[in-house]
Amino acid sequence: MIANSVLGVIFSNMHEEKVRELTETRTMGSVPFGGRYRLIDFALSNMVNSGINKVGVITKSNYQSLMDHLGSGKAWDLSRKREGLYILPPFSSGASDHNSRLDSLASVMNFLSHSNEKYVLMTDSDYVCNIDLRQMMQAHIQSGADVTLAYHYGHIPEHFAEPISYEIDPDGMIRGALVQPKVDGACNYGLPMLLMDRELMMKLVSDCVSRNLYSFQRDFIQRNIPNYHFHGYEFKGFICSICSMNDYFESNMALMQPKVRSELFNPNRPIYTKVRDDMPTRYGLGSEVSNSLIADGCVIEGAVENCVLFRGVHIGKNSKVTNCVIMQDSMIGQNCKLDYVIMDKDVTIKDDRSLMGFQSYPVFISKGSVV
Amino acid sequence: MLPKQEVVAMILAGGQGSRLGVLTKKLAKPAVPYGGKYRIIDFPLSNCVNSGIETVGVLTQYQPLELNEYIGSGQPWDLDSMNSGVRVLPPYQRSRKSDWYKGTANAIYQNMQYIERYSPEYVVILSGDHIYKMDYSKMVAYHKEKNADCTIAVFEVPMDEAPRFGILNTREDNSIYEFDEKPAHPKSNKASMGIYVFTWSKLKQYLENDEANPKSGNDFGHDVLPAMLTAGERMFAYPFEGYWKDVGTVESLWESNMDLLNPNVPLDLSEDTWKIYSRNPVMPPHYISKDAKVQNSLVAEGANVYGEIDFAVLFSGVYIAPGAIVRDSIIMPGTRVEEGAVVQYAIVAENSVIGKNAIVGQRPEDMENKGDWGVAVVGSDCVIPPETVVPPKAMVDAETMAEEAQKK
Repeated sequence: MIANSVLGVIFSNMHEEKVRELTETRTMGSVPFGGRYRLIDFALSNMVNSGINKVGVITKSNYQSLMDHLGSGKAWDLSRKREGLYILPPFSSGASDHNSRLDSLASVMNFLSHSNEKYVLMTDSDYVCNIDLRQMMQAHIQSGADVTLAYHYGHIPEHFAEPISYEIDPDGMIRGALVQPKVDGACNYGLPMLLMDRELMMKLVSDCVSRNLYSFQRDFIQRNIPNYHFHGYEFKGFICSICSMNDYFESNMALMQPKVRSELFNPNRPIYTKVRDDMPTRYGLGSEVSNSLIADGCVIEGAVENCVLFRGVHIGKNSKVTNCVIMQDSMIGQNCKLDYVIMDKDVTIKDDRSLMGFQSYPVFISKGSVV
Repeated sequence: MLPKQEVVAMILAGGQGSRLGVLTKKLAKPAVPYGGKYRIIDFPLSNCVNSGIETVGVLTQYQPLELNEYIGSGQPWDLDSMNSGVRVLPPYQRSRKSDWYKGTANAIYQNMQYIERYSPEYVVILSGDHIYKMDYSKMVAYHKEKNADCTIAVFEVPMDEAPRFGILNTREDNSIYEFDEKPAHPKSNKASMGIYVFTWSKLKQYLENDEANPKSGNDFGHDVLPAMLTAGERMFAYPFEGYWKDVGTVESLWESNMDLLNPNVPLDLSEDTWKIYSRNPVMPPHYISKDAKVQNSLVAEGANVYGEIDFAVLFSGVYIAPGAIVRDSIIMPGTRVEEGAVVQYAIVAENSVIGKNAIVGQRPEDMENKGDWGVAVVGSDCVIPPETVVPPKAMVDAETMAEEAQKK
């Protein structure tokens, strides 16, 4: 399949309620992750690395930080004369302002109908993975399916947003789907990636809307399984969904594993993000660092262990920071002690402060706070 | 016709940089990596943008491939604007004759057409081998204020080092009355930084005269500036304070990198108002392992450190294996230092491998004969086999290693 016959659509705002602390002032897509990324970088880079060069980003509210991050799309090579990046904020067509997935799709119908691509690849931005979508496209063509849905075999993660499990034939065809399934043990649970014919998508969306059906899973998928050929595409790689603050913390910590890093940051399919032009990180005299992931622009003069430090973080002398995720430009003073803390952007921790959380309940400090 | 630009900058980036040895074997000097993520040319380019000069010509000649590719559209420096921006200017063929750039002045002469398109008032001439942060707009303002024809930036060096520099002797109002190239008995300590502001109409005239003179070496320092001085043009020295370093030699390149690790050196690359821009690699943050020891170092994104580093500058994608030691050294992008290897007082260029238990360089304290000490240099794409010793001051690259392997 020629990848430029695929139109990308990303929902930047799905499941924000799962990590309310982080999405208070931003969309899910612009939640910082892994030292230098925003969650949407993964969905966007996966698309770009698979040859998709037209991507619409659907957004609903709080999208200032998202717009700032995406800019013209240059960092993803999506600032183009032909196609490129389209940001799709709510359009007051009178219908709604993106209350559900189907609503949102209905309100971007113009964007869908004015595109020439044969297919649409639709995804969310509340997960972290590096997937070769070309394989999914190939599978879609080979199976001759109307709709291909990505799934993962395993236990459905706790707190997973909109869980759905599929009953799949040995040849990959989806026979049935269970929404909010009660299952113990492993199953084929749905990932938020869907590939289908663009015109069929428009038809099915209009069909749902005109019948006042607004549940994507029940009305768009479940209801249509008997009528169309739904196919499953199994993704076997590393994926973590951000469905709670705990997930957010653990997903960041997972990056300490060399295997996870090498898969997620595969040099053949790099994850792109906005460039900040910081200088490399400077370690001072007496710095002690172990098992940590550290972005550019930090100045470290204290001790850091099991941490993810974003760009421009300062750790003062004699401070000890363990098991923390510290976002952009936060300043930790001298003689501080931090353990299990998630710190949003631009936080200042003054000298001699101590903050302790617990593994199952990391302390969260909101953007711009002064402690 | 393009919109008029008041100031056009020209960066002389054609020099071979032979004193950097294997580091510039396949690379023009301005493209040599510096400071963990930069290349030398990032400094003049970023200074231009930060000074509001958005029309920049880069004159290339020697090994231009990597430099051209690096500059590209100029987007990382915001120099990809519609009517101006950065242009790479290699020598080209003309209908009557074609020439390599014979000297610095000739390089500008051959590109007069490029400058003329913008009909500038002033032209700033810069070189591509210095590390410094400077606001050229202040220098241009000074040039205007003095109603000068040529202004030369000067840096005060210690008097005992003055004989190594081109010294300018000035009157009280900073007007220049004499050039003293590497004087044995210097009268002043004002060293020329190789940064010139010219009034374009004047420079044009002198470049044409210089070209017509068959005896001329077509060089700014040797020919054009002395000619202007003899003719009595208004020439002024512009004093610059702050960090400035010519990184044309292995020692000075090494020193200047080490200066970044010294908090007392006035070169702050993290200043928000004067960022140094560069082409950023697309790599994850760097990882420091559980057993690593990291102190007094600069580490760029994409590096993986499992060993011990102290006073090290690590570029993107560098890998330091468990048990490896890197001290007082610069490790350029993509290089691996394998288990048990010890790298001290060394510069290791891009994509090389220092094999297991290999030893590169030595601390001066451990040398019996201090005169034999020097920074060891390993060229790019060079594999140092396990257990090999690369002595201090040595310079090896893929070719010399292959030759040695054949001898054995």
